[in-house]
Formats: sequence, C-alpha cells, structure tokens
Amino acid sequence: MPDERTRRHILGLAGGGCAAALLSGCDGSASAGATRPRRGGVLRAAFPGAGAKETLDPHKQRQFVDIARHKAMFDKLVELGPTLRPVPRLARSWESSADSTVWRFRLREAVFHDGHRLEPEDVLYSLHRILDPHAADHLAANSLSALDLGGCRAVGKETVELRLKKPSAEFPSLLAVTGALIVRRGYRDPEKPVGTGAFRFASFQAGRSFSAHRFDDHWAGAPYLDELRILSAASEARNSAVQAGEIDYAHEMSPTFARLIEGNSRVALVSTPLSGVDGFALKTDRPPFDDPDAAMAVKLLVDRERLIEVISGNRAQPGNDLYGKGYAYYPSHLPQREQDLAQARRLARRSGLFNRRLTFYTSTVVEGFVNAAHLFADMAGEAGLRVEVVSGPPETYNTDQLTTGDIGNHRCGAMPIPTYISERLLDGSPQNASAWKHPDFDEDFVHAQGIKKETARTRAYGALQRTVRDEGGLVLWGHPDWLNAVSTTVHGVKPAPPNTDKWARFDAVWVD
Amino acid sequence: MARHALRRVLLAIAQLTLLSVLVFLLTSLLPGDAADVLFNDKTGTEQIARLRHEMGLDQPPAQRFLDWAKDLLTGDAGTSLTGGQPVSGIVAHSVGATALLAGVTAVIAVPVALVLGLVTGCRAGGRLDRTVTAVTLALGSVPDFVLSLALVAVFALKLGWLPSTWIGATTGDLLTRPGLLVLPVAVLLARTVSQLIRQFRAGTLGALNSGYAQQARRLGVPRTRLLLRHVLPNAAVPGVQQLARTGDALLGGVLVVEAVFAVPGAATALIEAVRSRDVPTVQALTLLLAAAALFLNVAADLVSHRLSPRVEVLR
Repeated sequence: MPDERTRRHILGLAGGGCAAALLSGCDGSASAGATRPRRGGVLRAAFPGAGAKETLDPHKQRQFVDIARHKAMFDKLVELGPTLRPVPRLARSWESSADSTVWRFRLREAVFHDGHRLEPEDVLYSLHRILDPHAADHLAANSLSALDLGGCRAVGKETVELRLKKPSAEFPSLLAVTGALIVRRGYRDPEKPVGTGAFRFASFQAGRSFSAHRFDDHWAGAPYLDELRILSAASEARNSAVQAGEIDYAHEMSPTFARLIEGNSRVALVSTPLSGVDGFALKTDRPPFDDPDAAMAVKLLVDRERLIEVISGNRAQPGNDLYGKGYAYYPSHLPQREQDLAQARRLARRSGLFNRRLTFYTSTVVEGFVNAAHLFADMAGEAGLRVEVVSGPPETYNTDQLTTGDIGNHRCGAMPIPTYISERLLDGSPQNASAWKHPDFDEDFVHAQGIKKETARTRAYGALQRTVRDEGGLVLWGHPDWLNAVSTTVHGVKPAPPNTDKWARFDAVWVD
Repeated sequence: MARHALRRVLLAIAQLTLLSVLVFLLTSLLPGDAADVLFNDKTGTEQIARLRHEMGLDQPPAQRFLDWAKDLLTGDAGTSLTGGQPVSGIVAHSVGATALLAGVTAVIAVPVALVLGLVTGCRAGGRLDRTVTAVTLALGSVPDFVLSLALVAVFALKLGWLPSTWIGATTGDLLTRPGLLVLPVAVLLARTVSQLIRQFRAGTLGALNSGYAQQARRLGVPRTRLLLRHVLPNAAVPGVQQLARTGDALLGGVLVVEAVFAVPGAATALIEAVRSRDVPTVQALTLLLAAAALFLNVAADLVSHRLSPRVEVLR
C-alpha cells in the first residue's frame, strides 16, 4: 500500500508540474495544477440533478450525477481511456482464448470498504446481479448479454474467467459500460453501498446531496480530499454557485457560461474537445431517404461551420458524418465532407427531394435541438427543399423519434466506436434513429468484433464506418467540447470525455 | 358559521376526490409512461416491456387507480415508480422547503402590506401614496427570473454579502444560516407585497368612503378608533382573499425561484415527477397542494366572515 500512495503522490505532482500539457483543453487559469498536492479539505461538485430518480444502486445509474457518485464508491474491472480504449481498473490485466470467447481477468489486491479483500466471487456476484432477469432496469444488462454466466468461474484467488456466447475481441470495452460496477458479494440494500472506490459512503438524499469520506485503504492510495460532496442543481444555480465560491466544481456548462466567465480570476473552464457528436438522423428505411442519393444531398447541403457557430458557440470541431473523431478505430484518412450546394441540388433533383415536403421531428429534450432543426430547415430552404419543423414532447422524444418524421436530431456522448455501432446502427439496436437496417452490415460487424488482430479489426471497422458515411442516414456535423467549471482553488481536474476513466473522478483532486 | 365551515369541509373532500381522478386521467393522457421515459441507448424495447410489467403499468388504468386509492386510505401514498423510494418521503422533503419559504414570506408580507396599504389608502394621492404605488407597480411587473438574477448578480456575486443558492444546504443549515433565505424570500416578497398593498389600499379607500365611515365621522368618532374599529376590518377583507390566493401560489412553489436558487421545493418535485410520469408522486403532491389551497381558502372565508360578518350575509 505505501508504494501505491507514492504512486498517487507522483501522479499528483506530475499533474501539477505538467498542467499546461495535460490541461490542453483548459481555458481558464493555468494555475489549475500549479501547487503541490495536499491532503484534506472538502470538494463540493455540482451536477444536473434528477430529483427522486437519482439512485444509490450502482447497477441502475442513469444520470451523470449518479455515475459520478458511484464512481466515487465503486470501481469497474475495466475503464475507458481518453481514446475510448479499455484501460485497467480492478482488473490488472487480461487475456483471451484464440477465438475470443474465453477471457481471463487478473484482479488487483483491492479491499472493500468493509475490510474484505476483492475476490473473483465478488466479480461473479456483480455480473449475476447486473444480468438478473428480474431487474429490468440494470443498464449494463444489454451490453453484457453475450456473457455465458454458467460458464464463468473463479480461477484461484486472483483471476476470474468469463465465457462468452459468441466471440468478441471488444469484450473488455463492454465491461467498461455504464453500470458495470463491482459490488461486494451479497450486496442487496442499495442504501448501504460497499465498494472498493476511493471514497466511503456517508449520506445521500436523492435530488439534493451525497457525501463520502476518504477511504485510506484504496488500492491506488488514499485520495487527497477528506470529503467529497456531490450535489444536484439546475444550470442557473450551478452558474451562480461556482462564481460565488459556494461550489468548487460545476459539471456540464454552456458555451454562454464560458463567455460569461472569460477573465474571471476565481473560476477556470476545463474544456474537453471531441466529447461526442451532434447531428441529424435521416430515416433510411422509407422514402425519400431509402435512396442514398437523397441522403447524400442532405449531407452536402449542410453548412457545418454555421451550425457550429450558432448551435455550439464555436466550441466544436466539424464532423465528417462519422462518429468518434479522435477515438480508437476512427478512419481519420477519409477527406472532410464540405458543403456543395450544386451537387446537393443535382442529387436532390435526381432523387425527387424537390417534390416533397420533409418533416423534421425535434424537441426541447436537449438544449439546441430546436434551434438546430430550424437552422437546418433554413439551409434546406436555401437549397430549394421544403422542410417543416415539428416539435414533440421531450420526455418521450428518444422513443418517438424512432418512428416519427423523416429527419430528427441526433446527439451522442463519448463511447467506443464499436459500442456506438452496436447501439445505433444494427437492426436490433435500441436507438437506431436512422433506421439503418442491413443484415449484411450486421453480419460484417459481428465478424469484425471477432477479429483478434487489431490492425485487421481496425480495417474491418473502417469499412463499416465508410459505408454508413456514404450510404447511411447520419449527418454528423460537429464534435462538441465538453465544458466543466472549477474554482481556481481546485487542482488536478483534467479534461476527459464523459464516461471515460478520468471524467468525474476526484481521487487525484486536491484543494488549497 | 359552524354549519358553513362543515359544508365547506365536506365540499373540499368531494373536490379532492374528483381532483385525484382528474389528475390520474390527465397524467394517463400524457404521451408515454414511466418506463418509456427511462428508455435510452442502453435499454431495448424488450427491457422496457419488462420494466413496465415490474412497475405494474401493464395493469388496466382503473385497476391501478383503485389500488392507489385503497393504499392511500390506509395511509400509504405508494412508492415512486422511478426512484423506488416511498412517496411520503419525497413529499415531506420537497414540501418542507416550500412551506418554509412561503411561511417566512407571509410573515413579512402581511404586516408590511397591511401598514402600507392602510397608510397609503388614508393618504391617497399624497407623496407617500404615489411613491408606494409606483414602486409596487414596478416590482409587480418585473418577471421573477429577472429580479432573481439581478439580486444574485449584485448581492451574491458582486458584493458577496449573501449566498447565491441553496446547493447542498440541509434543513439544519437553513436555521443556522438565515442568509440563505434572504434572496429567495426577497424575490417572493416583491410580487406578494405589491399585490397585497394594492388590495389593502383599495379596501381602505372603499371603507373610508363608505356611508358608515362618514356617519361615524359625523358622530365624532376619533380618527384612530375609526380606522382600527371600522375601516381596518372591512379594508382587510380583499387583502385576506388575496393572501389566500398568494398562499396557493407560494405553496405550489415558484418554479423560477426554486430553479435559480436551487431550492428543492414542491414545484421542482412536481415537475420532475410529471416529466418522469411518476404517477404516485404526482398524485400525492397535487392532492396535498390542493388540500392546502382549499384549507387556505376556507380559512380566508372564515377570517373574512369574522372581520366583516356581512360577507356571510351577502353569501
């Protein structure tokens, strides 16, 4: 354990000394890392709240505030690194059989908050709990459905062997999905969370506050903070509170807020570029977008720079109708798609787009969706297309947009590219908003997942992404920055895309 | 009067029963249910169907309503569909903050409005009257969110005198740090006091110009006695009715104030429950708030009757 503490200390110093390099996305004071790490203090971090929906059950988490809370108390076997590749967490290392159906994970010497040492049986219990057929709201169940639980077993005291129903070279990434946290075997009462995380549970009130204390026996060394408070608040309240010094960290801030605090000596912005994608989804299983020419006409009429300026406040990078810029398996060699109105009009005429009125189904579910829809309608109008914008209820937009309208808004946070394909581009995907349903594509994807050699797998994924880019219905125009705000008395907060290892992790954060 | 009060209570019970049916029907008419709202990129349609079954949402609506009503009669308000915690706990936590804000606002607003309404009514057209009327009109017409943000910008961010939000504050903090209450109460007071002053002023003017007040003056009743015994009780009647209406609004929660100051109050909880289609929580909160509104209105009627018995005669 002393060695591990030294490791945390060294990492902390590195974080301080190399702040300028690490905080490449930090807009605010570069001092966010300029002091030596120190023990003690309380960090108050505010996230958008969800009222009574917030939960302590790590397998039911739905909101960012839940995920942050659970990240403080629990660990996964595997987390996602900055390029969305799997990185070790409770699993020190892993290896697979030749056909990628049997995986062995070697566990760290970690201790639960109740003093018990982590054992393979805890991992098996956690996976059984996640996949409990009577618990329909366990989020990771879908992603881990390929697990053959009957074939999983402990191998000694340090290794767990997991068997899959079908080959997957991506299995470690699946263990990093939201809600795949490891609990102590026998864990049943969500009100009494016992994990291996850097903080021990102290109190929780849904929609208001959570507090946890430093866990001195954490496997990576004790965190610097004495106490971590994770608080729930709406955006206006977060804006005011972080400026007034009432909170130390404010999650998910707007480009407007970023402009507002320019020159503010008390608040710094931590900006993470390439934190997902913004776009439009055209339904490709029905006219007119079952014709790839019609979809391409729309892709070519879009002015990506204008969308980024108006919708993202210039805090985004242009999209190339591909998901996951900067992530593993992204085909960066493909040329950037630009606006080409002449070609768009030619394709629109050929596919009969001028003869029909298109419906853009939007909603206020996400800030900017309605504005983006109207801006798109203006652009389409300039190209001679008729687009009617229809707004629907935000609560059920995600379900409704699968069946309503010709075009809809599309936004997706950070996830590995294979996960994105699995969740949005296969026949049975839960959120296949572009209705991309091609059995041969599905088969090629399953085949690609099973390829053990990474270069060959990358090529296979590249081909699939190129197909969607050229023939599919996703117009992915921007990769937005993710904005968090920190008080200048807080150090060690690093840019990290949401859902990755370093995002909302406060183990290595310290306060003046 | 006792008969009148009993009639009002029985009517209130009938109104609450009808309201519970209406709220259930209206919530059922909203698009989607609690299971649909939980749909995201990780949950497939099959998982949503199982969730709907677990929540009992695949039962006929009439059956669900009867089950809820039966439980309520035994004192059980049910369990939140989305969070799994007892609805009574959600209601207690959210209504407590709102009741505190509403109570403090009313305690300050009533005497201030009563005095200023009486004084400006007695000196109608004078400098004080013109000033108070101008200020109350201005305050009453400023939207709550503008006033909230302006007060936060000046007193919390610029001067640093007061906390800008309730983020992370517990009920205990509210008692030990009364500064937390100042800005939200100030915003609530602006509109409340403006409306009450105008009502008390109008009531005072009406009472002063009435035949009985003129007769009392002719009979030589001293001015102070005239004001306290004859003018004030009659002048207060419209103000009391306005106070009941304001009380409804304050107890229902003022969403803008709750959002800007991060007050975990009733309006926030109700809107979150409607968004989540958490029917048991929506039912419990609306019933409680409706019961409070009915109570306030019955109380206002009874107070008005006590102040000016002819209100009952006219009825």
